[in-house]
Amino acid sequence: MRDVPPWREPVPAAGVMGEPRERGRFGGYGGRYAPESLVEACREVDEAFREARADPGFRGALAELLALHAGRPTPLTPARRLSRELGVRLYLKREDLTHTGSHKINNVLGQALLAARMGRRRLIAETGAGQHGVATATAAALLGLEATVFMGERDIERQGLNVFRMRMLGAEVVPVTTGSRTLKDATSEAMRHWVGATVDSHYCVGSVIGPDPYPWMVREFQRVIGDEARGQCAAELRTGVPDHVVACVGGGSNAAGTFAGFADTPARLVGVEAEGGAGAARGRLGVLHGCRSLFLQDDDGQIVEPHSIAAGLDYPGVGPEHAHLRDLGRARYATVTDEEAVGAAVRLARTEGIVPALESAHALAWVIREAGGGELPAGSTVLMTLSGRGDKDISTLKELV
Amino acid sequence: MTDILAPGAVERHLRARRDTGRGLLMPYVTGGIAPGWTRYLEAFAEAGADAIEVGLPFSDPTLDGATIQQASETALARGASTRRILADLAEGRDPGVPLVASTYYNLVLHDGPEAFCAALRRAGVGGLIVPDLPVHEADELADAAAAAGIDLALLASPATPQPRLAEISRRSRGFVYAVSLMGTTGERAALAASAAELTARIRRGTDRPVLLGFGISTPDQAREARRHADGVVVGAAVMRRVLDGAGPDDLRDFLATLRQALDQE
Repeated sequence: MRDVPPWREPVPAAGVMGEPRERGRFGGYGGRYAPESLVEACREVDEAFREARADPGFRGALAELLALHAGRPTPLTPARRLSRELGVRLYLKREDLTHTGSHKINNVLGQALLAARMGRRRLIAETGAGQHGVATATAAALLGLEATVFMGERDIERQGLNVFRMRMLGAEVVPVTTGSRTLKDATSEAMRHWVGATVDSHYCVGSVIGPDPYPWMVREFQRVIGDEARGQCAAELRTGVPDHVVACVGGGSNAAGTFAGFADTPARLVGVEAEGGAGAARGRLGVLHGCRSLFLQDDDGQIVEPHSIAAGLDYPGVGPEHAHLRDLGRARYATVTDEEAVGAAVRLARTEGIVPALESAHALAWVIREAGGGELPAGSTVLMTLSGRGDKDISTLKELV
Repeated sequence: MTDILAPGAVERHLRARRDTGRGLLMPYVTGGIAPGWTRYLEAFAEAGADAIEVGLPFSDPTLDGATIQQASETALARGASTRRILADLAEGRDPGVPLVASTYYNLVLHDGPEAFCAALRRAGVGGLIVPDLPVHEADELADAAAAAGIDLALLASPATPQPRLAEISRRSRGFVYAVSLMGTTGERAALAASAAELTARIRRGTDRPVLLGFGISTPDQAREARRHADGVVVGAAVMRRVLDGAGPDDLRDFLATLRQALDQE
């Protein structure tokens, strides 16, 4: 738990995780640091999103897609055997049970509907683990749109199954061969491509990063996780609200969506990052991919290439709202190692019969490490978002387990 | 606000040259690209450059195409950094034309806008271009630049709507950087049709010099660009040659052909 500021008692503050201030600001973070050629496109997305979310027709269509296509609501599963072992009461919000196997589908269905409403014919996306790419390919097929997905060459090697799924769904997968050949470079390449395609294409950003309105819009499309979980906790828990709400953080979309449901409660919010990609815990102020936030950098201000066993956490920064929540003390950010995450994945498989995505296993690894200690006293109630299922990681796990 | 401050040295220089009827030429070089890289600056000046853009390489150049990406990567792999490039400039011979740094906002924020602009000033740099800093986010840097006497040039794009274009022209210093097309930097076969329309829209609202960049790679394209704008920025066409091993003399010869084309028009 190095580099983590001490807890301030969570105060249910009005306005935290509400609509961002003018120009997409979350405290001193966020903004629209886009090349001039993309500023107008961002404004159009912002305008369309504001109109859509106020339109009962749009909201109804999205709710229907989430229910009938994605399989929502997802259950809240008590992890009974693991809870007994750990001495805490652990509940899992089962995003791994959504169609396509991760929370990414929530955001993508929202943005794909928005793109169709804006008259765009194609979705552009970046992907790390491939989950956002698969979700984008899925939504595009469902709504009759085209999809072009940028993916780092290194991720293509380690996530072959998802590459095949995207192509099967009719998407074009473009290998990115620059830089570290992972999520950061795929994001840069997707932005470059969008500059030349704003007329007919929507950039479907997969996390709570990017120029305004993306961090806010993606959080709003993911807030269904937190809103559902809030209701389920109210029905399930004696206290109504868990003591801790835990989620893994790469860019931070499943965490943002989960936290949004609990920001106005006394629950302690914990984001868990990969040791080698800990933007919130170790980053410093910078601007990348359209927003001002915390990024891993060297002494010259160059972005440091992250390293994580979980491709979806291989991002050198964190969404601007997470940086803001960190500064406010409303959420805290911890890190776990690759080994801890793999250990957690195996333990969940053997105690609960669930193979989690390696990304989600990071959140669980923190719970396992801290259970019974000062961070997570015995008897605590913990809600953890299980953001995705582990099928995509089988070949990685096969080498290690 | 910075508006009350007089334009800096870069703008005075470019206006004076433009007003003699000369087509302006601003070639680009990635700082730290090769040992003794500042010799390129001297060669550019000898070829008739009116200003020189010096790229401070960033690890994630999101508005650059393959050539400048590769140049940035090469320079960084050689150990280039903002500090070293500015030290090279301070130590090198004064090329006799204004220098305009260009980089991404992350490198400006690293030590903060004030310290960054002061460092540029000390190295003899008079202007600055930050492609991922649009006008609505530019306040903090514009103020720091003005205080340090650095001309912060803003970019305008074919997608920029009219009222915003007027604001960019008004707040830009040195020149207005007209992005000729909806795309990244890099050589193109022909000057984009959007270039003429954009420069005409900019010039309706300002008499500040307008330089057209992105995709201008040949004498013919420079000649055509000159019909619409006060001058051209040439980046990828220079850096492709540098990456292919061309030295300062080769680049002087290449830029001389562009100079000649601009003078003919």
